[in-house]
Amino acid sequence: MSDRSASPRPDPRVEVRELRIHGRGGQGAVIASKILASALFREGSSVQSFPAFGVERRGAPVTAFLRYSHGPILLRCEITSPHDLIILDPTLIKAIDVTQGLKPGGSILINSDRGPEAYASLAQHFRVTLVDASTIARKYGLGSKTQPIVNTAIVGAFAGDSGIVGLEAICEAIAEAVPGKAQGNIDAAREAATCVVRIPYTEVEHA
Amino acid sequence: MKKVIIGNHAVSYGVKLARTEVIAAYPITPQTQVVEELSEMCASGDLKARFIKVESEHSAMAACIGASATGARAFTATSSQGLALMHELLHWAGGGRLPIVMVDVNRAMAPGWNVWTDQNDSLSQRDTGWIQLYCETNQEVLDTTIQAFKLAEAVDIPVMVVLDAFFLSHTSEPVDIPDQADVDAFLPKRVARQKLDVDEPHAFGALTTPAVYMEMRLRQQEGMAQAHDAMIAIDAEWGGRFGRSYGPIESYRTEGADLVLVTSGTITSTARYVINQLRDDGQKVGLVKVKMFRPFPTADLRRALGGVKDVAVLDRNISPGHCGIFAEETRAALYDLPDAKRPRVHGYIVGLGGRDVTPDTIMDCIAKARAAAKSAEPEPEDVWVGVKA
Repeated sequence: MSDRSASPRPDPRVEVRELRIHGRGGQGAVIASKILASALFREGSSVQSFPAFGVERRGAPVTAFLRYSHGPILLRCEITSPHDLIILDPTLIKAIDVTQGLKPGGSILINSDRGPEAYASLAQHFRVTLVDASTIARKYGLGSKTQPIVNTAIVGAFAGDSGIVGLEAICEAIAEAVPGKAQGNIDAAREAATCVVRIPYTEVEHA
Repeated sequence: MKKVIIGNHAVSYGVKLARTEVIAAYPITPQTQVVEELSEMCASGDLKARFIKVESEHSAMAACIGASATGARAFTATSSQGLALMHELLHWAGGGRLPIVMVDVNRAMAPGWNVWTDQNDSLSQRDTGWIQLYCETNQEVLDTTIQAFKLAEAVDIPVMVVLDAFFLSHTSEPVDIPDQADVDAFLPKRVARQKLDVDEPHAFGALTTPAVYMEMRLRQQEGMAQAHDAMIAIDAEWGGRFGRSYGPIESYRTEGADLVLVTSGTITSTARYVINQLRDDGQKVGLVKVKMFRPFPTADLRRALGGVKDVAVLDRNISPGHCGIFAEETRAALYDLPDAKRPRVHGYIVGLGGRDVTPDTIMDCIAKARAAAKSAEPEPEDVWVGVKA
């Protein structure tokens, strides 16, 4: 048994890691996966990102995916058992089975303005981190007051939380992905990287 | 310069670097982003091409035929029902020996209405006189798109570049985008051998009587034979300049193999992953990727597969009433080998209508082929894998 902070994550250099992003149409889940792919590629990783294959509707649940590795990525099939999750809209946790296939001990980064106690049951099985990306996105005028576009804030938080990808690479990737409004998005990513709240996780043995 | 881009945009960059002069297209999922990006390149002036918006895919191909007949470099892209709607004009382009390049993003045919990948759309156009090249990665998509213009213009035969819906079209991965000057050196401006020219009038596509029609078809067939060798030469030149080449087929870890998979498209990539794992376990399993489907690389496949005990062909397509189309053609190619060198060919139908083909799916095919290899009786020509009971 060990505390999360003392338990290093699996070395991403020796395997293909898989990540799934849950959002709603209009929140920027697909762009988030592309920004992460571009940032990881800037740091020398092989990357592959893709949306859920099919059709999208504004407001409906959307998923996007990412594979990354320091070796070649040969798999060209869908991702069904990711290592990590990013959740752009916390209401999805009750609406759909967001943790379906998530590897035991996997990490979940949630955009939420609620405290850790709201996610106590999830935190029994997974490493949960919270960030209030909606408030940060509103502060920088991203999207509207009721429909903030949270993707750039949350990828900044992912960099700040996971250490898997650097914040500078994220900012460069944002500048490329949203050239028209780069500064506000970069500022949101930088702020979100410093605002993550990790829920203490006690690692249990998983078969 | 390396950029992380979707397969559809890899096509757009290839078409731009080829300095295409005329683009005519009608949108259809999952191809739309190809021409959407090209229309923006034309609007911004980055690509100095005439972009013709048309009312149907039939008209898109008609516009490409007209443009190509005047000596211009012409391109279109489509999928599925859009490709089917072009059918009559595909014959006109192929028989007319017009070096048009088209990208088909493989999408299953309706009904049932489906936007996901399988190969029945492109394979239904097998006999229209087009070269067909299937791609495995976004890099291969970009490289093949540029090579396709050089190949088409070398033999005066149109080329269809084919990529899987979503698994390539909507998937972002790093792609090395060559410099324009380097592509210009590889692919100069088209010089048409014959063209519509008001100063030198000719009739094209006129009444062709039994006295001459058959020789016209024979010339087309000879052109297809030249296309095979031209593809190898052009691909090798590309490799010399850019460090990447593909070949009509590729043998992967086939040394000493008693079972060899035959695959095309993105299934190839996942199959490489499976082969690597099985080789680590000491199993003698390899893979042959078929990139060129027309002209069919018969001699290459005889060389690569002659003497192998068992061959398992994975088909993301079905010829209803017969079997998988790559299996059908692979069996035909290998049948005339001497008895001692002729493999048994096992055919598996997988991934229709975009159903996922995972490492487990491929392992299932291998297990079935291993079992069939032990039987003296032939198994059915189409064994369906990954279907609900």
